[in-house]
Amino acid sequence: MLQLQYFLLLGAALFCIGIYGLVTSRNAVRVLMSIELLLNAVNLNLMGFSNFLDSAEIKGQIFTIFVITVAAAEAAVGLAIILTIYRNRNTVDMEQFNLLKW
Amino acid sequence: MNLAEGVQVVSFGVLATMMIVAALGVVLLNSIVYSAFLLGGVFISISGLYILLNADFVAAAQILIYVGAVNVLILFAIMLVNKQEDYAPVANRWLRKLAAGLVCIGVFALLGTMVIATDWQIEPTNLTAAAGISSVVKIGQHLFSDFLLPFELASVLLLMAMVGAIVLARRDFLPADLSLTNQTTSLTLPEKSKELAALGGKTK
Repeated sequence: MLQLQYFLLLGAALFCIGIYGLVTSRNAVRVLMSIELLLNAVNLNLMGFSNFLDSAEIKGQIFTIFVITVAAAEAAVGLAIILTIYRNRNTVDMEQFNLLKW
Repeated sequence: MNLAEGVQVVSFGVLATMMIVAALGVVLLNSIVYSAFLLGGVFISISGLYILLNADFVAAAQILIYVGAVNVLILFAIMLVNKQEDYAPVANRWLRKLAAGLVCIGVFALLGTMVIATDWQIEPTNLTAAAGISSVVKIGQHLFSDFLLPFELASVLLLMAMVGAIVLARRDFLPADLSLTNQTTSLTLPEKSKELAALGGKTK
């Protein structure tokens, strides 16, 4: 029988992989992919809670739909920003984007 | 354990393995194109997990939006910024990777202990499925009653994101580049720039 804990552990693993990719990757597009991984990990948690703890009113699924909406908007705006940075700096290396660094 | 539960456990194992391996591939592979396709694999596996969680509508929405829209958008971005470059070496990069890996494993250990140690108040049966109500009906009732305002705000948010993405990604020619804009190669799009039109209006 499937347990809630399996899904929560899976979500935690996916979240940690996403955090690692977010911190260490140098390609800006890969950073966006890592953010998508993070959002999907959170969605997995919400869906697990919605199925196992709130199965009469499945409000976790509504939250997941809103998170998917915001993730789509975030992906579009993020890729537009990366495209603009690439035109200005002619690179997608995260180490070179240090204009606001102290 | 009867047959249905066995099938559930086996498919959960397969989907979870697929998801973790593909996610590690997204993060660790060198080629960004392989990463983008593996990201599609992660999304499809998560959609399968949603079906295991009795959520058919969200599983379909996951495939439609993530695999159909976000992943294709990322592939387009990779094609637009596809420059083969060798990144300049950074001092102590292995130390950063090691520290990030340790922190991630630590966070996973913390979350895992919390998940296992907590006494979850799990309901014995799935009430929506037991009552014979489809989850689509339930989601529709929620979206048009108590979640109506966030639902409408989401449409406004999508509109704002669309306008913002267009404004950010549009090519704007600076006046210093005016001599360049007259040379059209086969790669440039035949588009009229804002500043050129403004200058033309001023001189006349």
